[in-house]
Amino acid sequence: MNPASYFCPLPGGAAASEYALTFDRSRQHRVLIAPALFDEGHKLRRFTIEVMRRLDGAGIDCILPDLPGLNESEQDLSLIEPEDWRMALEAAARHFGATHLLALRGGGLMLPDTLGGWHYAPVNGASLLKTMLRARILAAREAGREESIDMLIEQGRTLGLELAGYALSSEMLRQLGELTPTKRLTISQIEHSTLGGGALWLRAEPDEDAAQADALAAIVAIGIAA
Amino acid sequence: MDTTDRKLRTILAEVLGLKPAQVAEFTADTGLFGDLPELDSMAVAGLLTEMEDRLGIVIDEDEIDGDIFETYGSLLAFTRTKQADA
Repeated sequence: MNPASYFCPLPGGAAASEYALTFDRSRQHRVLIAPALFDEGHKLRRFTIEVMRRLDGAGIDCILPDLPGLNESEQDLSLIEPEDWRMALEAAARHFGATHLLALRGGGLMLPDTLGGWHYAPVNGASLLKTMLRARILAAREAGREESIDMLIEQGRTLGLELAGYALSSEMLRQLGELTPTKRLTISQIEHSTLGGGALWLRAEPDEDAAQADALAAIVAIGIAA
Repeated sequence: MDTTDRKLRTILAEVLGLKPAQVAEFTADTGLFGDLPELDSMAVAGLLTEMEDRLGIVIDEDEIDGDIFETYGSLLAFTRTKQADA
């Protein structure tokens, strides 16, 4: 497992270097991972890397790029829109010469159209937003403040909104609420129930599950070999 | 154990990272969130969204208070009330 980086285009025509974690031995098949978003990205990071280890063992290179504004990225998330993430994934796909995609959860909401692959546990942008809005309302209530979803959406429409520690612009909120999983013949959706066991993005604490990682890596490795 | 009971236990097992055998032993008096400090607002929010998706109910934020999550029995009773409303 090696740290690498790629040049990622930014809003306004600028570009920045973003970090990527790679298993790269210049092999024929190279899978670009579109990571889960926001808090789910943290909950699923260990699982994601466990899947990558197995793909590496099966002779497949894999690349897990940081999206601008998330994970180790130094970009200001409040200036980022989902379209920037699509461009970041396109740039990473080019830079690393990816041959396939593996998206997890919200990572499959804005996939580059140049590659085919798999989308694990697809979710609508609206569902991701609703869970984050709820978390904010519950946290506010514990602190003795009453907020409502309608009130927050109204505020977010003009000023943007901080949800679960993520500063989201009004444009991010609007676009994310409308995004649905990329539907394309070349992208196979893998429902979580196919892997068996509990959904790791729901866990109160980040965790991993060897059987689930085996199952997801097997689906991808067999698909690539086919 | 009926379908609602079973589904609710499955969802809790996933959120709490418990084995099916452990959640099968939950009784109406088993304490939930007061006993589990790692369940922060994000985890509770995820639990609510999952309950809506899998139990076919709609939960309004105004209805959520600490009492619902006090014990397994209180959470199951709340779920049944919501299903009756649906």
